[in-house]
Amino acid sequence: MSNGILIWTEITRDGFIHPVTFELAGKANELSPKLNNSPVMGFVVLKTGKIDDYKEVFEINGFDKVFYVEDDTFDFYKSDLYSRVALDMVKEIDPEILLIGATENGRDIAPRISTMLHTGLTADCTELDITDDGKLAATRPTFGGQLMATILSKKFPQMATVRPKVFKPMKSFEKKKTAFINMNLDLVGFEPSIEILNFIKSQKSDLNSLDSAEIIVAGGKGMQSKSGFNLIKQLADKLGGVIGASRVAVEMGLASQECQIGQTGKTVSPKLYIACGISGALQHTIGMDKSSKIIAINSDKNAPIFKIADYGYVGDAFEIIPQLIEKL
Amino acid sequence: MKIIVCIKQVPDTSDIKWTENNTIQREGLESVMNPYDAYALDFALAIKEKNSDVKVTALSMGPKQAERVLKRALALGADDAVLLSDKKFSGADTYATAKTIASAIKESFEHYDIILCGQFAIDGDTAQTGPSIASFLGLPQVTFVKGIEDCSQGYVTVIRETYEGSEKIKVKLPAVICMQKGESETSRITIKGAIKAKKSEILYKSIEDISLSPDEAGLKGSPTYVSKAFRAKQRDVECRYITTSEELVNVIKSVGGDNE
Repeated sequence: MSNGILIWTEITRDGFIHPVTFELAGKANELSPKLNNSPVMGFVVLKTGKIDDYKEVFEINGFDKVFYVEDDTFDFYKSDLYSRVALDMVKEIDPEILLIGATENGRDIAPRISTMLHTGLTADCTELDITDDGKLAATRPTFGGQLMATILSKKFPQMATVRPKVFKPMKSFEKKKTAFINMNLDLVGFEPSIEILNFIKSQKSDLNSLDSAEIIVAGGKGMQSKSGFNLIKQLADKLGGVIGASRVAVEMGLASQECQIGQTGKTVSPKLYIACGISGALQHTIGMDKSSKIIAINSDKNAPIFKIADYGYVGDAFEIIPQLIEKL
Repeated sequence: MKIIVCIKQVPDTSDIKWTENNTIQREGLESVMNPYDAYALDFALAIKEKNSDVKVTALSMGPKQAERVLKRALALGADDAVLLSDKKFSGADTYATAKTIASAIKESFEHYDIILCGQFAIDGDTAQTGPSIASFLGLPQVTFVKGIEDCSQGYVTVIRETYEGSEKIKVKLPAVICMQKGESETSRITIKGAIKAKKSEILYKSIEDISLSPDEAGLKGSPTYVSKAFRAKQRDVECRYITTSEELVNVIKSVGGDNE
């Protein structure tokens, strides 16, 4: 009989547990009472001897049990190796629900696990709940963020990937008496097919500067050119903020993919979001509508962005932005 | 070398209109080639340009109308195109879709080197089908790839980009590679390509052609189901319009956009 809510623990190259892991633990602790207080469990692969470094952080983040596998080869994520180990662990743990953070690595590993287990997987969810008959109801945006769909799985474990920054980690810092369980797995027949030749750390060094930014100045199609985006950058610099972009702007080559905000990009919630030349298609706004304040600058007074903005300026971004840069 | 590019026909999600009942108005909704699949095709065609022995097959699953995106792929330079089309395929989630595509690849091709997919489709945005195809075929995968550096002697070297940085990864072929937007040149339709596309036949395959039972495909073969769908909630604010730069500067300062 399968039991418990299991959470994949992603460890970054710098050796930190990705915060989405704790956001999922926060949510799992909320769901657990609706599932006969089912245990909240983590699973992680680690370099030998490292588990002690992480014990406290699991304890204060609401984990009842943590399963781990140690080996010296587990230095950082490799799709073939990690998905194989994770699959073996999940088979043995046999959880009712399996949650994975929707980071790049999470979205790489989750469909491999679900496919090998012949179960359902709901991608990039923004809400999780338990139905009256005890099933996981995973809600996600689809159709460019315009339609929300609540999805259930007929098979077990019920799996979902969840966007970072959607849920909050546990508030109370009351430690749980977490049980740590060392699983001995031998990787019979595993042959690596992937070799990581080198790694260049992102210049933005820390975990997602866009995620933690207090101020974001974002540009869309209306910024038209790289020089238009240069204005965005100047305004962001002036405000001590970070630049963001709509999907269309990224597709036009005006900004790099890591700046992309919205359904196929990042979800952000800064104190101030200044949207310049962004029409405000839902696929963009879904990634920024939790911002505390939104200022929209757009030449089209009917642009949907004004419907969700606190302040609006109808006019030419190429005229107003240089004035703002000068006067701020 | 053989490259299979998986292509999805998607509605143009930037232009969605709603009916009075809060359902998506599907009539008149334009269909386009999923942009991420177009990037994947660009990469495949760039490899073909450098190596004359490369053959590119465009593969799609969908209704007969999906022929249009395959014709486009042919016009852009793909050598041939396969459309998996059967009523029994409809309603598939990512698991059933990947199973169908993987079966078709197993049944149709004795040899292939790279399966290229777009990282996401802009309608569903799951990013699951590519890795799921890889799992069904027992192949390695590299996702979030933005560049292909080299492919030779049974390996391909790619650049994968994540929030942490970029990894150069060497993967043994055959493999599934999922592409984001990268540095590749955008392919253009030439007159020669357009003529070739017009002449080329698209190879249709039904469920019988790919050794799949009806229970394994479409809605029936899907482990997930949609229990409800509803219109996304909007932020509920009243926009205050501002007309001067001075006033805008004050607003920015008042909401914390003051660097001093």
